[in-house]
Amino acid sequence: MKVQLLITCLGDALYGEVGIATARVLQAVGCEVEFPEGQTCCGQPPFNAGHWPEAQAIAAHTRRTFDPKIPIVTPSASCAAMIRHGYAQLDREPPLECYELTEFLLKHGFSGALRSPRRVAVHTGCHGRMINLGDTAERVVGSIKGVTVVVFGEPEQCCGFGGAFAATHRTVSAGIADAKLDQLVACEADEVVSTDLGCLMHLRGRAKFGERELLLRHVAELLAEAVT
Amino acid sequence: MRPPVEQFALGLDAKTQQAVARASAMKTAGRPAVLAGAFTDVEAARQAAAETRDYVLDHLHDLLVEYESNATSNGWVVHWASDAHAARQIVLDILRDAPAGPVVKGKSMATEEIHLNAAIESAGRRVVETDLGEFVVQIDGDTPSHIVTPIIHKNREQVGESFAREGLGPRTDDPATLAYQARVHLREAFRTAAVGISGVNFALVQEGAVVVVENEGNNRLSTTAPPIHIAVMGIEKLLPSAADLPVFLRLLAGSATGQRITTYTHLIRGPRRSDERDGPEQTHIILLDNGRSEIMKSRQRAILRCIRCGACLNVCPVYRQVSGHGYRHPYSGPLGAVLAPSLEGLKAYGDLAKASTLCGACEEVCPVRIPIPDMLVQIRHRTVRQVGDPSPMPWTAYASAATHPGRWQAAVHLLPEAGGLPFLFSGWTQVREAPRAEGRRFRSWWKSR
Repeated sequence: MKVQLLITCLGDALYGEVGIATARVLQAVGCEVEFPEGQTCCGQPPFNAGHWPEAQAIAAHTRRTFDPKIPIVTPSASCAAMIRHGYAQLDREPPLECYELTEFLLKHGFSGALRSPRRVAVHTGCHGRMINLGDTAERVVGSIKGVTVVVFGEPEQCCGFGGAFAATHRTVSAGIADAKLDQLVACEADEVVSTDLGCLMHLRGRAKFGERELLLRHVAELLAEAVT
Repeated sequence: MRPPVEQFALGLDAKTQQAVARASAMKTAGRPAVLAGAFTDVEAARQAAAETRDYVLDHLHDLLVEYESNATSNGWVVHWASDAHAARQIVLDILRDAPAGPVVKGKSMATEEIHLNAAIESAGRRVVETDLGEFVVQIDGDTPSHIVTPIIHKNREQVGESFAREGLGPRTDDPATLAYQARVHLREAFRTAAVGISGVNFALVQEGAVVVVENEGNNRLSTTAPPIHIAVMGIEKLLPSAADLPVFLRLLAGSATGQRITTYTHLIRGPRRSDERDGPEQTHIILLDNGRSEIMKSRQRAILRCIRCGACLNVCPVYRQVSGHGYRHPYSGPLGAVLAPSLEGLKAYGDLAKASTLCGACEEVCPVRIPIPDMLVQIRHRTVRQVGDPSPMPWTAYASAATHPGRWQAAVHLLPEAGGLPFLFSGWTQVREAPRAEGRRFRSWWKSR
């Protein structure tokens, strides 16, 4: 089946490897991946900042750029939530069919195996709540042969990123990150994967700042490793 | 300039923050098992409760009129207060004609909202908070840091110091001894009190009654020992009838403190009847609007479903970092971030809506399913339009790039050369390392495949 890949603004600007991993995983499960080159950002940053006219313009651009007849898959619960939940508050256009990566894989079918067994903790981005992601990412990761999903404390707690909040309320944001990092370190996973680059950028940055040893990757990178 | 909540977090000592976070986590942890034990289908119960509260809001005018009529038949004197000033004045008028003696108070957020204690003291009356937490807040000249557990920011050593300072007994940090010292002190106030003031958890339209729940028994004494009882409630606190209580009492106790039911549940129908030996001779209800009618007409209307359980505070990662005091309003946490700007205006409290990661944990635990994150974003939007945005984020430029792929790609391409500049300017790197910009890799990989 055909899918359109939305690599997200963070993937486009900072984490190219996550876009590559996502494309590889989708191809490995038999998808014909298209990449609309005019894609930019879903509009969530100005939407959450309260600047709705700017968000509306970006939402309209996204609608023009993607073919409404082909499902969109994105390595981000947050962008998927914006497109499915946020756009409904910005315009009256029909909803776009957009899936977070693991959500798509659970629906479409996925199998993978690791060469070396590993204990993995899964942090689902909080905006997964808006699209009822639940434990989807854990289930997909847990289906990989060689992976043991590790439970950690207070999984419902946010990492503290929150977009512009991470900069404007940096003391609060860092405090929240430390609570999350404490739990992730304590669960003794070999690696931590997240559905969202925002969480990862923030947690990695804070872990390095506090000199904590923790391997944090995007879930797409683990999935790509499992299909090669 | 730092936003107020961030500024507060900078000044908050680590010990207090950790105490608040720990207590909040404990209350959050207890909640799911208790609710699962109370309901065969927790989600269905939450949905039913949300629908009942919406029914009340949809028919608020008629239900209030009916409530007034039924309560009056039971002997309540019903007062209408359009704002905080009017509500305070009603209380002061009742106090003027009341016998001598102190005013004893049960815990009530509505009275915090209208700053009632200060008004009573200005009128020359002694007012005594009788909820243990509120009592500590009062003797310390402090304010509550949580809507259910007001001294979540204090430990027992601090309480012991305050009690010793006030002469309640020898200094101790033993909880049982402290509770006993407070009990002895408060009994004297109950014994001599002229007026008891309470809040209201629910007001039952069909029965014309008020429901007050508590764990300490001080509300029982406040509402029965003095000859006059005044109940203060927001106009939205109605439930159609006592038949709604089984769901709401369990949702409230489970969500608030992880209890199956509160230790005391009072259904108060009015003053002492001729064949009764106990209870107040006069009972008053003050129906407080204070901005609620305006909220009814706004997109924040669903916040009036709130039953003040505090579950959203307990689970909120921001609340756990800054406590209720970080919100500088009696209503704190996610609830306060919606209610404070809705009651007091965007200029004064609009910033609270920005002190959130929009993680949605609040909505997930809310017993009446209030869509708090959506409301926070709407408040941000209205604040930007009506008050402005102090943030230096260049949204117009961002939108211009994000709607022109050529500009977007040029900017993305330049990012590695710009190094960490955007992260430096935004303040990001004050608390974290900046990421390496390696975005170019995807598009070049895609082209070269």
